[in-house]
Amino acid sequence: MNSALIDGLFVFMLAAFIGFEVIKRVSPLLHTPLMSLTNALDAIAVVGAIVLVGEHKSNLSFILGVLAVIAATSNVVGGFLITDRMLKMFKSSRPTKP
Amino acid sequence: MTDFAGNQQIIEIVYLIASVLFILSLKWLSAPSTARHGVLAGEIGMVLAIGGTLLHHGIVDYKWIVIALVIGSGIGVPLGLVQMTAVPQRTALSHAFGAFCVTLVGTAEFYLRTPNVPHFMMAVLSMEVILASLTFTGSLMAAGKLQEVLPQRPITYKGQNFVNLFFLAIAIAVAIYLVVHPGAKQLFPLMIVVPLIFGVLMIVPIGGADMPTVISLLNSYAGLSAAAMGFVLNSKLLIIAGALDGSSGFILSVIMSKAMNRSFTNVLFGAFGQVQAAAAAGKEEKTVRSATAEEAAGILAAANKVVIVPGYGMAVAQAQHKVRELYDALTKRGVDVRFAIHPVAGRMPGHMNVLLAEADIPYDRLIEMDDINGDFPQTDVALVIGANDVTNPAARTDQSSPIFGMPILDVDKARTVMVIKRSMNPGFAGIDNPLYYLDRTLMLFGDAKSFVNNIVRELAGNSH
Repeated sequence: MNSALIDGLFVFMLAAFIGFEVIKRVSPLLHTPLMSLTNALDAIAVVGAIVLVGEHKSNLSFILGVLAVIAATSNVVGGFLITDRMLKMFKSSRPTKP
Repeated sequence: MTDFAGNQQIIEIVYLIASVLFILSLKWLSAPSTARHGVLAGEIGMVLAIGGTLLHHGIVDYKWIVIALVIGSGIGVPLGLVQMTAVPQRTALSHAFGAFCVTLVGTAEFYLRTPNVPHFMMAVLSMEVILASLTFTGSLMAAGKLQEVLPQRPITYKGQNFVNLFFLAIAIAVAIYLVVHPGAKQLFPLMIVVPLIFGVLMIVPIGGADMPTVISLLNSYAGLSAAAMGFVLNSKLLIIAGALDGSSGFILSVIMSKAMNRSFTNVLFGAFGQVQAAAAAGKEEKTVRSATAEEAAGILAAANKVVIVPGYGMAVAQAQHKVRELYDALTKRGVDVRFAIHPVAGRMPGHMNVLLAEADIPYDRLIEMDDINGDFPQTDVALVIGANDVTNPAARTDQSSPIFGMPILDVDKARTVMVIKRSMNPGFAGIDNPLYYLDRTLMLFGDAKSFVNNIVRELAGNSH
């Protein structure tokens, strides 16, 4: 195992802990937007796909990369869009401050 | 050379900022008042990360990147504009897309690197590909069931668990072989195809009522596979995003399975359908009392405190906007109306809240199970609309009931219970509900939407 993998494990462990602590506090009211938002964030996988397309190291990796960019981008755009649409609908009955 | 290194540093710093924004994004989602900032933070982080990636020195071809980004956005926009009732299947579909992307990138990376793949790297890559491909077909199946393209009823057969585990075992065996011999590229397709089959088989025995747990679990898998991809590509940003998504899905799965008093393995390997035969056997004639819309309106108008319990049936009947009219009519008369939300009501976590928010019902009227259960004894009327199992008192008392031990909304403790239901047919899970035979229960037979509409009309008529 090289040091990059060890670093990666540390990052994963810390991020998982932050994830648990942060997401535990999300109100059950917003669990649906939570899932669509994390789904959009997860589509950050698009960066790996972009590099595959851009580097064009082989025809296979290029074609798979193009398809992967399309799939991930649709999640980015669709995910953020629907999350915001949902959150816009949540209104309080108490008068809100301007 | 120095220029390349400089770019790489800029990219890493951009990724660091994006990671911070992603964490803030989820942090701000904790309350409705800040939640939309969270979306904005996520969007900025995403744009920064994609922009930073384009600076990557190895990139020679920008044309196809742009084309793919444009096509992807073209698909994403309609997926972001679906109706709120279709959100569960949309979410399942997006898990499938995410997993599809991860599978493709994993496959491309393998063929670019084989046979020079270190053992640990190959192990992570195998995990990435196996998790992502089973999530891909599993999510497509879930989306199909939710969209009702596929039969919603759980399909079970003898030896099902054995067959499923057999496929999973093959996938793992292939993965282990590849870790030892990373050059055996002819075996790699097997590591994709077998989990693809497993993903389908895994969802076949899952019924609609289990969907909230299954969607959460698939969400978690999608996140973990993306994190594994982060290890393969040595991208800390991906590891962080994947870990956040994975832990989010995991937490939701735990909440959902607790709300059904079942374990993960029970949801995945113990289809609900199997236990029902015994429960239906000891059926006896029992009487129910029914009421008309006029009578129901009278009782509601005379009440001080009303709790409405919505379920998936409300979503199916598209009754949420009529429910809002009922809420308005009663509130205007000074009746205190609140909504009791069971964690697994609907087809995904938080489904009911979104539908009621869409109908403009203020979110501070939507109360979680644990917070409202103590109030039922002081409630004049509990009005159940399209919910069944989550109100079944047998879960508290009847040890032979398949849902025994599941936390329920204590509607049977309200002074009067009214249940809008199409007929006395037992619900989706086929479990009889003793709530309907209580003396204090009135059955309101009819379609949820038109019945609520009739009540609203009666209330309007009475006020003149």
